[in-house]
Amino acid sequence: MAKKQVKLNNIVVRFAGDSGDGMQLVGVQLSNLCGTYGNGVNTFPDYPAEIRSPEGTLYGVSAYQLHIGSQPVYTHGNYIDILVAMNASSVKVNLPNVRKGGLIIVDTAGFADKFLKLAEYTTNPLEDDTYKDYKVVKVDINSIMAEEAKGMELSLKIVSRTKNIFSLGMIHWLLNMKLEPTIKWLEGKFDAKPGIKDINIKALKRGYKFAEECPELETQMLVPPADKPKGTYRNITGNEASALGLLTASRLANMPLFLGSYPITPATEILHFLSGFKKYGVRHLQAEDEIGGICSAIGAALGGNLACTTTSGPGLSLKIEALGFAVIVEIPLIIVNVQRAGPSTGIPTKMEQSDLLQAVFGRHGEAPMPVLAARSCSDCYDICIEAARIATKYLTPVLVLTDGYIAQGTEPWRIPDVDKMQKFPIDFVTEKEGFQPYKRDEKTLKRMWAIPGTPGLEHRVGGLEKQNNGSVVSSDGMNHQIMSEIRDKKIKGIANDIPDLEVVGDENGDILVVCWGSTFGAVKTAHESLTSQGKNFSFVHLRYLNPLPKNLGDILSKFKRILVPEVNLGQLKFILQGNFLREIEGLNKMQGIPFKAIEIENKIIEMLNQGDK
Amino acid sequence: MAQYNEIIHSSNTSGEGLDPKDFKSAAAVRWCAGCGDFSILATLQKAMSEMGVPKEKFAIISGIGCSSRFPYYMNTFGFHTIHGRAIAIASGMRLARPDLSLWVMTGDGDCLSIGGNHFIHACRRNMNVNILMFNNEIYSLTKGQQSPTSRVGLKTKSSPLGTIDDPFEPATLALGAGSTFVARGIDTDPKSMKELFRAAHNHQGTSFVEIYTNCLIFNDGALKPFTDRAIRDEATIWLEHKQPLLFGADKKKGIKMDGARPRVIDLNDSRHSIDEVLVHNNEDSYMAFLLANMSYDTTMPRPMGIFLDIKLDTYIQRSEKQLAQYYDPNADLMVLLKGDESWEI
Repeated sequence: MAKKQVKLNNIVVRFAGDSGDGMQLVGVQLSNLCGTYGNGVNTFPDYPAEIRSPEGTLYGVSAYQLHIGSQPVYTHGNYIDILVAMNASSVKVNLPNVRKGGLIIVDTAGFADKFLKLAEYTTNPLEDDTYKDYKVVKVDINSIMAEEAKGMELSLKIVSRTKNIFSLGMIHWLLNMKLEPTIKWLEGKFDAKPGIKDINIKALKRGYKFAEECPELETQMLVPPADKPKGTYRNITGNEASALGLLTASRLANMPLFLGSYPITPATEILHFLSGFKKYGVRHLQAEDEIGGICSAIGAALGGNLACTTTSGPGLSLKIEALGFAVIVEIPLIIVNVQRAGPSTGIPTKMEQSDLLQAVFGRHGEAPMPVLAARSCSDCYDICIEAARIATKYLTPVLVLTDGYIAQGTEPWRIPDVDKMQKFPIDFVTEKEGFQPYKRDEKTLKRMWAIPGTPGLEHRVGGLEKQNNGSVVSSDGMNHQIMSEIRDKKIKGIANDIPDLEVVGDENGDILVVCWGSTFGAVKTAHESLTSQGKNFSFVHLRYLNPLPKNLGDILSKFKRILVPEVNLGQLKFILQGNFLREIEGLNKMQGIPFKAIEIENKIIEMLNQGDK
Repeated sequence: MAQYNEIIHSSNTSGEGLDPKDFKSAAAVRWCAGCGDFSILATLQKAMSEMGVPKEKFAIISGIGCSSRFPYYMNTFGFHTIHGRAIAIASGMRLARPDLSLWVMTGDGDCLSIGGNHFIHACRRNMNVNILMFNNEIYSLTKGQQSPTSRVGLKTKSSPLGTIDDPFEPATLALGAGSTFVARGIDTDPKSMKELFRAAHNHQGTSFVEIYTNCLIFNDGALKPFTDRAIRDEATIWLEHKQPLLFGADKKKGIKMDGARPRVIDLNDSRHSIDEVLVHNNEDSYMAFLLANMSYDTTMPRPMGIFLDIKLDTYIQRSEKQLAQYYDPNADLMVLLKGDESWEI
């Protein structure tokens, strides 16, 4: 039968199965392939909190979603075009997100009675009209692979575990991709295990052949490469980007890098990466607890290192007392907080943007601190460098917010040339003459900083209030007022040192969307989509949450209605209302998953239809 | 002004010929008159002046409490930090700055209650930090509440009917957590205290020195059972390396093993001889545990001096060894940025 090919601008593929089915593995490989091919690609790993959830259960479904585009893509996609499902539960939980008419590839072994029961299906949905709105391709991977494995002396278990690679082979055919790079990848991956290597390569080829010969699969879907600037690219997760950003920042600041950290989902990979960077001179301590993590970083910072700590919501709560200390003692420190669904343990593997108020306000006393947020996986790199620049220039702790979505998702990243980056080397005071630890630079209000080991500059600093311009402890009320105002002014002054916000769309109009963090992708995509339909709105994205960009108030004043979509119950909305005394409308989602562009679009259309409210 | 590497590699002042006065800061000492902390301050100033370390290489880190005001009174780099966290902060500074001589000043509440977790982990990691814990068996800066070393039955503002929880025995806790240097001194004996500070400084690893300190405002007399002149020789025993464990005014009482536990024998009693007396060996951790366990046994003298002083790898040695093995100052960051798989467009 002659097969057809169609060209598409975008396609969304989702692999879903049990935690141990290797869905993340094939997802990552496919995203690398698409990246190499030059596609835009944005990925969304979506996995349960348990390491190996009981098989076949609805709550144990682990998935990896890829949004592949012929242009750069900024979201994980609105609807799934191809769902690869290893069992009945994996179809059931994902079905609401599959596009009507979309393709569902199922492994029939996962629809045995046992799995139907676990998925809470009373009848077999492959045999009735449950999936009638979709195109379903059934494949009994186990039987096919058992045939392939004949004479190879491999256990049934090993053979059945190739089902993820088999399905990856099918996707290769569907997206018209070459097998060679994946064969090479498998050869490298299973180099030490020839039997496993051979059966996986067979699975890949057999999956490809199956799709090619499958009568239900008539069309290959081609997504042409994106038109991207020249350069060297790779795929990167937000957590790896954060680790690399911190390391790069230490080079630019000419200070050694120290990480004090305690494992916590979804921030742990930053610890994994940095602890492996010994070749680059990184020192680290996996501390006894979250408090030990930040306190060891404070100790390293007091010793003159570029110090950082990494955590997620509950860990940030534990670190907060130490943040107050870092504020009053005025030292550079970078805290990367990878937000997850809270409060408490909440849904630890799911994303949220609900630590904004904790980041901006969550301290005892008047303890202002810059707060920055990354908008995408690769932006984690830039934002960590910017955090270090601010931290060292003003001698202040800086809080960086990312979230579980961008921390563990991937996107192609154009690798920067470190040699061409702006350096910000830190000079410590060495001259005795005129040294007072709380004497300040007039412009930045940064205090004088001398580190242990500097002859003649022995001095004491600490958590007690100090005399303005001096060094001694002071309990004087008037002095405390002055010092509190100076600390406040110092942080507010950073607004003069950050770029003005740029409005995307018209400079004034009916609707302005203000977004922050990873909501950027959905808003940008929605903007592109609605603008192409002649529906008008503008948006700004905040990377700086404290202090806010200077021109934000001016921008807000030029729009009739302001919408803040955020994955919390209205935290940025609260900040903007408080700062600008403007009525702000919220679009709030609390489902552990990022916004889809379509959700933003629907809200804007609703607002446009209301006309002048 | 200078950048980090210049400061680390710049020449230092001489650590020789220093005077205790060089370590006195200009700040007025604000402890209560008669506080045991004064004795520790004077002793450490003297001890540090004799260590041969350039003054700028000392860093003193404290948490919160009466003891933790200590850094303000020393003319060294000093950091008065967060309640319970001095040891965690010192651990980070230790890793970042192997060149410094680090001293943590802490109290029984700061170290063993709010800071207990950091304390045991610093012991286990052998962090090469000197921890001086002033033990007055009471919370003083908050004006008199029970501490984790208060004796059962002690009436305090937060235990008006007497405490009902058993205290920690700090030396046993430190040993159990893996500390490689454990010692105990007392504020009324600065001469011995100075020797303990010197030994702690010379020791490579986490050095834990407990110093019994009298708080004459909130827990006066707590130490009397072994400081009172009339009974102290009978109530305490000084541990001396490779010397028999003798005590008493005329050193005629000794410690001997009776099965698995120690027992006091009287050498004036014709039934015992010096040969039966246990000889102290501070390089033997079994003996250290045995002696530390005598601390709260009212039938035994209170041991003072060095329980344990053994040489094991320190965390910083291992950390620096890994760095020496893998660190390449010329490593190309671009290689790391490119990762395993990159492509050109």
